[in-house]
Amino acid sequence: MTNEALQNLIGPWFPNPDDDKVSDVVETIESEEDSDLSSNKSEDIAKPSEIVNPSLLEFSEEESQFLNILVQPEQLHALMTQLKSNQETNFDYLYCLSGVDWGAELGIVYHLESTTHRHRIVVKVKTADRENPTFDTVSNIWKTADFHEREVFDFFGVKFNNHPNLKYLFLTEDWEGYPLRKDYVDEINMVIK
Amino acid sequence: MDTTRVNSNFKSEEYFINMGPQHPATHGVLRLLLTIDGEIIKKVEPDLGYIHRSIEKMCERDSYQQIVHLTDRMDYLSSHINNEAVCLTVENALELEVPERVKVIRTIIGELTRIASHCLWWGVMGMDVGALTTYFYGFRDREMVNDIFEETCGARLTMNYNIPGGLMYDIHPNFIQRTKDFVAHFKTKIPEYDKLLTGNVIFQKRMKGVGILSKEDAISFGASGPVGRGSGYSCDVRKHHPYSALDKVTFNESLKTAGDSLARYEVRIMEMWESLSIIEQLIDNIPEGDYKVATKAVIKLPKGEYYQKVEAARGELGVYVISTGTKNPYRLKFRSPGFSNISLLNHIAVGGKIGDLVASMATLDIVVPDIDR
Repeated sequence: MTNEALQNLIGPWFPNPDDDKVSDVVETIESEEDSDLSSNKSEDIAKPSEIVNPSLLEFSEEESQFLNILVQPEQLHALMTQLKSNQETNFDYLYCLSGVDWGAELGIVYHLESTTHRHRIVVKVKTADRENPTFDTVSNIWKTADFHEREVFDFFGVKFNNHPNLKYLFLTEDWEGYPLRKDYVDEINMVIK
Repeated sequence: MDTTRVNSNFKSEEYFINMGPQHPATHGVLRLLLTIDGEIIKKVEPDLGYIHRSIEKMCERDSYQQIVHLTDRMDYLSSHINNEAVCLTVENALELEVPERVKVIRTIIGELTRIASHCLWWGVMGMDVGALTTYFYGFRDREMVNDIFEETCGARLTMNYNIPGGLMYDIHPNFIQRTKDFVAHFKTKIPEYDKLLTGNVIFQKRMKGVGILSKEDAISFGASGPVGRGSGYSCDVRKHHPYSALDKVTFNESLKTAGDSLARYEVRIMEMWESLSIIEQLIDNIPEGDYKVATKAVIKLPKGEYYQKVEAARGELGVYVISTGTKNPYRLKFRSPGFSNISLLNHIAVGGKIGDLVASMATLDIVVPDIDR
């Protein structure tokens, strides 16, 4: 499936509740302008409806070879369940799960592939809470996520709700700090140029 | 276990034992916490990190040329393929077209690496199930491949032959002839492997029906390489996302559907034949041309995200780079095949005996630095 088709399919799964209100506003503008009988009305009308995303998911193909979906943490588990179970998407292979420290935000990047359709997609989730970042686990959807999430827990300090066995995988239990975060400092072991 | 024969006065009790971190069957510094009832395994919990060097953190500090050298130290048995993964990522990001000659040489050496890796695996596989002889046979043939590497790039293990933009040097004048000699030699040796080990009754009984992994579980656990293909899961990156010269050759994806240890073993033996076939198709057709294209001394990837996967000897190796446009990656993640494959060890070992765990683990072909990175 092409990226565009995927976007058209996945977008409506999570409709934006604010979208209805805005489209009402658009309609009212439309009716007002109709009465004005302005000549090039179509361009003016198109703008406000473009700004408001009809879906709670943000799609992007910029600076990436895949279709990227940015999802809010609340919708993460529902989206992932759908992506796996829907026959048209059928993303049954989670081939990479990476923690990323974007500076202000911490997040997870999921690389997904379908072994039947062979299309690929990237799902991202972010949180600004650096003290206690928490997402829902996807280890009950893809078993590989169990170890990958534990790796992220080790190195980024991101916790996962409902994870079956969330404890340090690589680090010793008394390790302080999260080594792969950008603000991690270790004056003894790290060589900083 | 036949419970009726157990004297009711004696209750069985679960207990823990440590396997490793220093254990010959773990092939490195890997510690497994086994929960045992008698000799039956109830749970296997890998405890990782004994040789973790945080390569991903080091990459955030290094230039892209330096990162290539770090990847040797992950899965050291497929170092050439690891190097290639990083080089392909950089070349794709820069939209750099490398000469055909480079692509062909990379593929030939990649397949030689795969054969060398499988030779070593076959040797230690036999040793893990009690057949010491295989070790010497496997290493004998692997030496020949290492000699070819040494002549061309000066190293036998951590090769560093790939650089972003091509190869570090051109191939040695003897390379083509020696590779042909090796192919001819090794074709007579794989049947010998089968004679020595594959058909052995004890070996068959140790492997058949042990450590079963279904296709659904293989996909769910992210199994790749021979581990996935032993379960009938078509996961060869060379087929699905071909890179370098792999789109110019014909080969069969080695698949077995049984999903047990024997299937994973047979897949690797089949793969050695396929690798030989790929080398034969390419070795006489190495195009003339440059062995590299010039790159800037300081490589800066354009802002963005890049992902490249290759088929290493143990399965799918992924390189995920987030670049902010500077000379270092902002974040670099290696999706290593060993890490996903070790996560399914508990699944295939539970309910079996400790001896079966060793046999199953040998067919996962783990390399600990690949898991720990």
